[in-house]
Amino acid sequence: MTTITLEDKERRRAWGFVAPALLWTLAFFVVPFLYMAALSLWSRQGRDIVHVWNFDNYLRFFSENALLRGLTNSLEITLTVTILSVLLAYPLAWIIAERVPKRLQRMALILAILPFWTSYVVRSYSWLLVLSKGGVINQALMGIGLITEPLEIASNRTATVIGFVHFFVMLLTLTIYSNLVQLSPNYRRAAADLGANAFQTFWHVILPLTLPGIMTGAFLTFVLCIGDYITPQILGGNNELVLPQIIMLQIGRRADFPMAAALSIILMLAVTAAYVLCARWLRIERA
Amino acid sequence: MRDLLSRSFGWGYLIIIYGFIFLPVAVLVLFSFQDGRLPVPPFNGFSLQWYEAVFADRKLMAALGNSFLVATGSSTVACLLGFLAAYALARYKLPGSALQRGLLIAPMTVSYLIIALGLLAVLNAVKVPLSLWTVGIGHVVINLPLCFAIIYASMGDHHINIERAARDLGANDLKVMALVTAPMLMPSILAAFFLSVTFSWDEFIIAFLLSRFDVTLPVEIWSMLRSGLNPKTNAIGSLVFLGSVAVLLVLELTLFGRNRKT
Repeated sequence: MTTITLEDKERRRAWGFVAPALLWTLAFFVVPFLYMAALSLWSRQGRDIVHVWNFDNYLRFFSENALLRGLTNSLEITLTVTILSVLLAYPLAWIIAERVPKRLQRMALILAILPFWTSYVVRSYSWLLVLSKGGVINQALMGIGLITEPLEIASNRTATVIGFVHFFVMLLTLTIYSNLVQLSPNYRRAAADLGANAFQTFWHVILPLTLPGIMTGAFLTFVLCIGDYITPQILGGNNELVLPQIIMLQIGRRADFPMAAALSIILMLAVTAAYVLCARWLRIERA
Repeated sequence: MRDLLSRSFGWGYLIIIYGFIFLPVAVLVLFSFQDGRLPVPPFNGFSLQWYEAVFADRKLMAALGNSFLVATGSSTVACLLGFLAAYALARYKLPGSALQRGLLIAPMTVSYLIIALGLLAVLNAVKVPLSLWTVGIGHVVINLPLCFAIIYASMGDHHINIERAARDLGANDLKVMALVTAPMLMPSILAAFFLSVTFSWDEFIIAFLLSRFDVTLPVEIWSMLRSGLNPKTNAIGSLVFLGSVAVLLVLELTLFGRNRKT
């Protein structure tokens, strides 16, 4: 009998240890989230929220072109950014893992992700210095006489994509590199023994083995990119609004919390869809 | 010949991509020394006036202090809660522990904007005024999953016997945790803490939506941006960058460097 009471006491104590974290997450994450879900089914009248359940916000989303356009803009930009970032980061991770001498690899990797540590807001702003009309690129191109009029490369979608890709190349290089260096050299030796050339080895052996790392990084890119407000707001101009910008407009200018909540739920659904598509390669929950 | 070609292609790629990665930062730092009103070419000459302006800016310095408070405070809370939860879930058989782990990790998969909005809506509904405290609460929400995951992952089974020995020698649970488990896990606890500090330090959207009069550094920089391109923004941006790099170097040389050898 004593052992049972001891276990009971221990279990109670264990609950005591885990309770603060659980309560924090419940109170400040789960409850707000459920409240938002409820909010998205209510509507706004003037400054007040009317507690009548309906799907008006969602119906409005699908019938109003400007809102729907926000989702498609977000998806287009996010997919472009994700693909470009993977294509640019993979060779970099590969070169660092394969070509750079072992003792310099850590240094090369740290260098490749150093600008990660600029402030996020400043990082977007600094691209403005490069891309704006009087910026470095335009001045340089005009200086060597390649163009006479400054190019419009800031305040549009291209600028947003460049800003995003810059950030995510660093992130993806990190995830892909850590995947590459974990591969045993035996795979490559075996492939060579079986007569594969360098390209065949890469295509049929290395690439499939690094796919989980690529997909983890790509999913992370997708989530962070589609939910970001800063980069499109600073670099994108106001012609093609993405979903987070529209959400911020709903609360900032119109105080329409129900609509902002509905848009957030839609944003969540997009991320969930991406997760389901990548789930095969992702092992986040088994951390 | 082919090898030489692919090799030079590799180095060429390396140079171009490093150029891409460093271009905006280099421009930022260079034009923070601009002797003129615009942080774009041509470079008019070297001047430290914008750095002086940064240190003379009271709002900016207040924001810096606020950022420091929020980052260290929220990271401490996140680490403490994360450590306790990780200890409980790694050392005891609790019902629904997989579910609990899932719940604790869940905020990681939701974008910061949505977490901020949800908190803002609830705070509005229960009429809690916005302040640095509400920003801190939000930052604990985003950093708790991280701290929990890192510390939980390092709670190896090989520590159990040492804890058991301590218990046999008469230490109670709290003593074991504070005097045995925590010191053994200190590298990962510190890693979680500093990672969480950097996230909180740099976080914008939660700090933007959940603060009112006292703002953090990213929010203050954001409001500076509204006045257009300005070498002062470059100066504060460069300072933040150099500060982070310094912290990173110290971590690399002490914490992670030592960790790697053992």
